[in-house]
Amino acid sequence: MADMINVYLYGKKYEVPSNLTIMEAFEYAGYQLVRGCGCRNGFCGACATIYRIKGKNELNGCLACSTKVENDMCVATLPFFPLEKKVYDITEIKPTQQVMMQLYPEIYACVGCNACTKACTQDLSVMQYIAHAQRGEFEKCAELSFDCVMCGVCSSRCPAGISHPQVALLARRLTGKYIRPEAKHLTARVEEIEKGDCKAMMEAIMQKPIEELKELYNTREIEK
Amino acid sequence: MSLPYTAEMMESIKKVEAGRAARIGFEPRRMTADEKTALLQAFHPDYNLDSFEEIKVGPNAGQKAPKELVEILQGESRIKGMDLDLSNPDYDVDVLVIGGGGAGSSAAIEANEAGANVMIVTKLRIGDANTMMAEGGIQAADKENDSPAQHYLDVMGGGHFANVPELVEKLVCDGPIAINWLDKLGVLFDKDEDGRMVTTHGGGTSRKRMHAAADYSGAEIMRTLRDEVFNRKIPVVDFTAAIEIIKDTDGKAAGAVLMNMETNEILIARAKTVIIATGGAGRMHYQGFPTSNHYGATADGLVLAYRAGAPLLYQDTLQYHPTGVAFPSQIYGALVTEKVRSMGAMFVNVDGEVFMHPLETRDVAASGIIRECKERGKGVPTPVADGIWLDTPMIDMIHGEGTLEKRLPGMLRMYLRCGIDMRKVPIVIYPTLHYQNGGIKVGVNGMSEVENLYVAGEAIGGIHGRNRLMGNSLLDIIVFGRNAGQQAGAKCKEVELKELTLSHVDDFSKTLADAGIEPTVVSPKLLPDYRPEGVTRLN
Repeated sequence: MADMINVYLYGKKYEVPSNLTIMEAFEYAGYQLVRGCGCRNGFCGACATIYRIKGKNELNGCLACSTKVENDMCVATLPFFPLEKKVYDITEIKPTQQVMMQLYPEIYACVGCNACTKACTQDLSVMQYIAHAQRGEFEKCAELSFDCVMCGVCSSRCPAGISHPQVALLARRLTGKYIRPEAKHLTARVEEIEKGDCKAMMEAIMQKPIEELKELYNTREIEK
Repeated sequence: MSLPYTAEMMESIKKVEAGRAARIGFEPRRMTADEKTALLQAFHPDYNLDSFEEIKVGPNAGQKAPKELVEILQGESRIKGMDLDLSNPDYDVDVLVIGGGGAGSSAAIEANEAGANVMIVTKLRIGDANTMMAEGGIQAADKENDSPAQHYLDVMGGGHFANVPELVEKLVCDGPIAINWLDKLGVLFDKDEDGRMVTTHGGGTSRKRMHAAADYSGAEIMRTLRDEVFNRKIPVVDFTAAIEIIKDTDGKAAGAVLMNMETNEILIARAKTVIIATGGAGRMHYQGFPTSNHYGATADGLVLAYRAGAPLLYQDTLQYHPTGVAFPSQIYGALVTEKVRSMGAMFVNVDGEVFMHPLETRDVAASGIIRECKERGKGVPTPVADGIWLDTPMIDMIHGEGTLEKRLPGMLRMYLRCGIDMRKVPIVIYPTLHYQNGGIKVGVNGMSEVENLYVAGEAIGGIHGRNRLMGNSLLDIIVFGRNAGQQAGAKCKEVELKELTLSHVDDFSKTLADAGIEPTVVSPKLLPDYRPEGVTRLN
């Protein structure tokens, strides 16, 4: 049995086992979660949380599903944060510096405080990727922001009102669609399928009696 | 943070380390077909007959399903005894998509493309779905040495030839088209500098056709699809669950009864076509297994469709992913992507021995691990649950330092948060409830046996037979999600709805009573309840 520690959930004190995550501590305390709970494994960003250890100044951002409770932890969840998402047509925009200027001009008001980076629940270099976005360096922005779960804690700390996850998402889509080279083998295969070139092979294999199919499967060559 | 392994585990690690160099370049033998069959029958949870029960009423009466599923299929409707006015609906659309994961979003985008007025309802947020958590990759036969027919063979063999052939045909032939669609939407697949897709093996694949976006493959796909849904201004009604399908007096699907998850308000949606894209069932915790699934995976769509008269297919087969986290407790049951093994990590027992090939199909691999622990007593004891070592330091030894960090950043982060550096020490895994192989029976057009009731994604049964291969689920949600959206988007143009009715819900209730079945739960379940038992509280 784990030791019991004190946590303050929205300021109210509860005693919980020390080996729980913050999310499990809420449930242990009796909360039936609806908001602030998604994949429970650090991928969806539903459980953005801010906390402070009593008596310390530092304010921390984390995901409640992936963070263990600590003694005297004061927790507030951030199950929703109003990020600003601009609507665009991916087939019409182009990967130019002007795109950011048009859609997310507030990134140029970044004051360089780095609060976003300090708050990031994924330890990403948020301010740095925004700097790349400012300069139209979408591929670098995409790379640095790739592990973003869009929880919004960065934006909650931003004095310039930037919606960092949305800026990064735009940069990633521009990179994927326009900057990374075309996969020629993919284009070729899609053409073959659309022309009907794969039909004969498919028909041949689908007509095989089950025993023959099994034999084919059990003796198939496996690429090294 | 210090390494949280016990002294006993550290002793065992010494044996794992001692044999590591000899394992590089060594390929363990694959099992024969007979060996696999015997192993599955003895150790796969699907063969654990005590945990199954007969369905007593409805289209699948007389067939088996997990006890927990039977209980909700034969549960009581949440609207029992309510007299709902269906004549003045709160929403009136062409296509109603239930579920906001990868399948639902793909369907909505295509229905929108077809010019239909489409709306998504989802009980959590759009993107709170198993799609978001799919790590390893997505299959498609787009390399020169590969073909849809080769992919077909792998899918059929992996599914024990129980798959519906026409669904598999659609899956593999539309595979490259699906990848191309995602690529054009801006999904950042791993490519080399010439644009060639970086592809690897998955368990049971005969060609390297696993495309990935690091180990955030599903997340990268999901956040792109979600962005596209928003760009198209498709309405998303979140925190709103569908709790019954509505039909019209002709018996066609015609909408759904909705419930606001926060206020419990009941709302009525009328729709010319309905797409169930509600996903899987991991949070049902069949046989007491932990799960890799997201919070809302409670088989809701199966309950809704079943009450509306749609038969299920292979509802008795589940996938237990071989590599769920067995230790530490805060990530117990979470997924360790199969890509860890695609990259070379092997299974090693407590004595440092490799006991099977790392890339057998998932059902075989899971059964092999269960046998190693339960029968042979060679599991690795941990304070949480016994498991098997997955020797992750092999990855950087094979591919060079820095590879694991670059190709498996999500896994590395998950373990580092617990004080475990998987580049340096192996991790302990055990099977976790991962995927609902079965589901609602559909035709190639995605329609169930209820007119105008379509299904997409994990809620479908039959594509994967009795066992799904890695990377075919991300593929299936895109292929069959788009397909359902296209089909429903076209079909809605010719639908004329009659008066709406919920008489099928009352009829199902009567059938239960006639069979002498007293429902023990209300369903659909919507969310699991993880509050401690033994506490007195008012509900």
